[in-house]
Amino acid sequence: MSCGQTLIDYGLRSFGIGERLLPKTDITFCEQFVLIGSGMLWNIYFAVCALALGFIFATVLALGKASSHPWAQKSAGGFIFFFRGTPLFIQFFFAYELFVQLPRNGFEFAFLGTDITVETRWLTKAWAGALVVLWLNTSAYTAQIFYGALRAVPAGDIEAAKAYGMTGAQRFRRIIWPNMLRLSWASYTNEAIFLFHATTLVFFSAFPAWRQQGDALYYASYFAEQTFNPFIPYPIVAFWFVLGTLVIIGLFGLVNARLNRHLPSAPKIRYRPRLIR
Amino acid sequence: MRGFLFCMFESCADPSSLTGLAWFACYLTNGKHLLFYQSFGTVLGLLALAAPLALLFGFAGALAKRSQIPGLRQIGQVYVAMVRGIPDVVFFLFVPLLIDQGIEVVRHYSLCESTGPIYQGNDFVVCDAAKMPLSSAEPWVHSLYGFALALAAYAIVFGAFAANTLDGALSAVPTAQLETARAYGMNARQSFVRIQLPQMWIYALPGLANLWQILIKATPLLFLLGIEDIVYWARELGGTKGSRFAYPHPDWRIYYFAALLVFYMIMTWGSEKVFNRLQVRMSVGQATLSGKGAAL
Amino acid sequence: MKKALISALAAGLFAVPALADTVRMGTEAAYPPYNFVNDNGDVDGFDIDVGNLLCSLADLDCTWVKNDWDSIIPNLVAGNYDTIMAGMSITAERDEIIDFSEGYLPPDPSLYAALEGTDAGVLTSGVVAAQTNTIQAGYVAESGATLVEFATPDETISAVINGEADAVLADGAYIQEQIEATGGQLVSMDSVMIGGGLGIGVRESDTELKAKLNAALAQIKKDGRLNDLIIKWFDDESKAIY
Repeated sequence: MSCGQTLIDYGLRSFGIGERLLPKTDITFCEQFVLIGSGMLWNIYFAVCALALGFIFATVLALGKASSHPWAQKSAGGFIFFFRGTPLFIQFFFAYELFVQLPRNGFEFAFLGTDITVETRWLTKAWAGALVVLWLNTSAYTAQIFYGALRAVPAGDIEAAKAYGMTGAQRFRRIIWPNMLRLSWASYTNEAIFLFHATTLVFFSAFPAWRQQGDALYYASYFAEQTFNPFIPYPIVAFWFVLGTLVIIGLFGLVNARLNRHLPSAPKIRYRPRLIR
Repeated sequence: MRGFLFCMFESCADPSSLTGLAWFACYLTNGKHLLFYQSFGTVLGLLALAAPLALLFGFAGALAKRSQIPGLRQIGQVYVAMVRGIPDVVFFLFVPLLIDQGIEVVRHYSLCESTGPIYQGNDFVVCDAAKMPLSSAEPWVHSLYGFALALAAYAIVFGAFAANTLDGALSAVPTAQLETARAYGMNARQSFVRIQLPQMWIYALPGLANLWQILIKATPLLFLLGIEDIVYWARELGGTKGSRFAYPHPDWRIYYFAALLVFYMIMTWGSEKVFNRLQVRMSVGQATLSGKGAAL
Repeated sequence: MKKALISALAAGLFAVPALADTVRMGTEAAYPPYNFVNDNGDVDGFDIDVGNLLCSLADLDCTWVKNDWDSIIPNLVAGNYDTIMAGMSITAERDEIIDFSEGYLPPDPSLYAALEGTDAGVLTSGVVAAQTNTIQAGYVAESGATLVEFATPDETISAVINGEADAVLADGAYIQEQIEATGGQLVSMDSVMIGGGLGIGVRESDTELKAKLNAALAQIKKDGRLNDLIIKWFDDESKAIY
């Protein structure tokens, strides 16, 4: 079978498109490379969705933690403490066990005279359940980064904005928020990279792979078990992830340049370590 | 310990007759649970050994990265960059296998009398004397060996991160201090050992504290290495148990995982407290803001 | 500790080979009544009883090693242990990679289980859970039902109870034990005959060990001790055919 055919058969296998059965005998390098690459789509899906949702929630959490309202401060702080203080790996296990306890037929309740059913069953599936965990987890880490940046926004900038007669909302949108992003962007880039790496844990914790649709590491371990040779599939995963990491660094670098375009030269991003949480 | 517990709960001999608290007391002290409690020791042991080992690897990495020798410098840089670009889970799955097979191949060629092919079809065959550890070794030797392999994986991954932190901290030592050392007539080696190294710690501390927290949160990955750690026992104990077992119960995994979450929260919370105090103590007399007293 | 390790290794290295050969026996320890961890934290079950009996007859010094089902064959092949006794059915597919001893349990029909009141149609058109790399998973994949795979047997049962899957397919004895353990939430459905009975997995290159195990196996089949163990663990005369 040619490699082009393999690409057609297995290129989208991780989403259930293409050949139904995984290769079992006479596994070629091409099959490993394509199928593991196909699994990468899940890692990208989890990373992009969790980061996008987490960005919004983290802003809210950071504002909550920085607010003077004791209730907002406590709840945001507690949320951040819980997710930053425990391992993501166990959060996955716990969340899965929690999601399966939810009623199978969903919650039914009356709202404004109409009966509403909240479906909960999909939460036990990786695409939703694991995404929720990753989303909350990255929100907590990002919120902590944003919180630190919020406190570092120059007081003079805010005073100047007040002097210009800006309202609170205007001040936030035009002064505080851009400053917060600019100051936290280097740390946030690190968070994005490590969230991307953490997506490999999804199918290694409790979430089952439906119809053998899994992420890059899921297929890599499948091949390692089928071929009894871990020395090919794992380096392939490594290759894909190095590639992905470089793309993240590139994209975030572009945003960084835009955030700092008013400065004579944009501060360079330094990547600091932060792996599995 | 076990004898003591059995004395305490002599009534545990017949669990089916127990109810309520007595049942729980016996259930939580059966042999399987004692193994669960021991596995917390495994986690703490891993932390206690992996941290200094990673620091050692980190030092080697940082020195390599800063080395004047061209080849060595690139090795240091690649080591640090590689661990950053690749998910640590991949290392955890791969490194122990690599080391294990590597050791056995070397031993096969040095210890075996007749060296047949190692790869026979699917089989990976080394002679009995080359097995690591030997098949005849006690089970605890095997578990210790598995643990050592896991430890090596942790040291390599966390060593790369520590190398980065230490490299940064070494650069952060004010040049004025090093120039002063030179002015006192110290050579490069002396100024490194006497000034730069001791002065580096205060700059490295926040990064190392962060790394320690990450290390704590990476310990459940021991489970992926096939080591019977707290995650293994939580899953095993929590599963549904039928009447074949002395203490039948439905699926309780969620409670066991909740207990693990609490354990980790205590660990990270306590570590944070310790590091904060350490930071205050080490800052005394330093040329930093906190070191000069709150003279803002 | 370190010293102890080194001296233990040295002792093992230079000692004259002991009289009894050491054999490391791999098992999953999560599939009652075949193999599981009992309340004392020790491995227990039919596989373990048979294995220990064979070892004593063949004059082998056996230790049990727990290993996840996923990687149980790769780790045998890599030499981490020497046999697999984990309720593993003899199949042509597995036989290509490893070798099997003679059978030590006749084929056990696999059973579907589902929540009470489940329509039998789900077995061919619904979502069916099975453990990864089992004969049951292979069967479901070809049955037309949607296969959902789990790493451990425990999880396949939970998946049905919490509604993630419509039914589960596993070895009959295991299913019956779980139906009892879950207090009547599950009922057994159809049974299907797959696999060729249980055998002891050994490396293909390990012909000597295989011969020893087969000899011991023939002996306990002849003197009825295997039948006794089958009845002890499965309480089913029809399986005690040796």
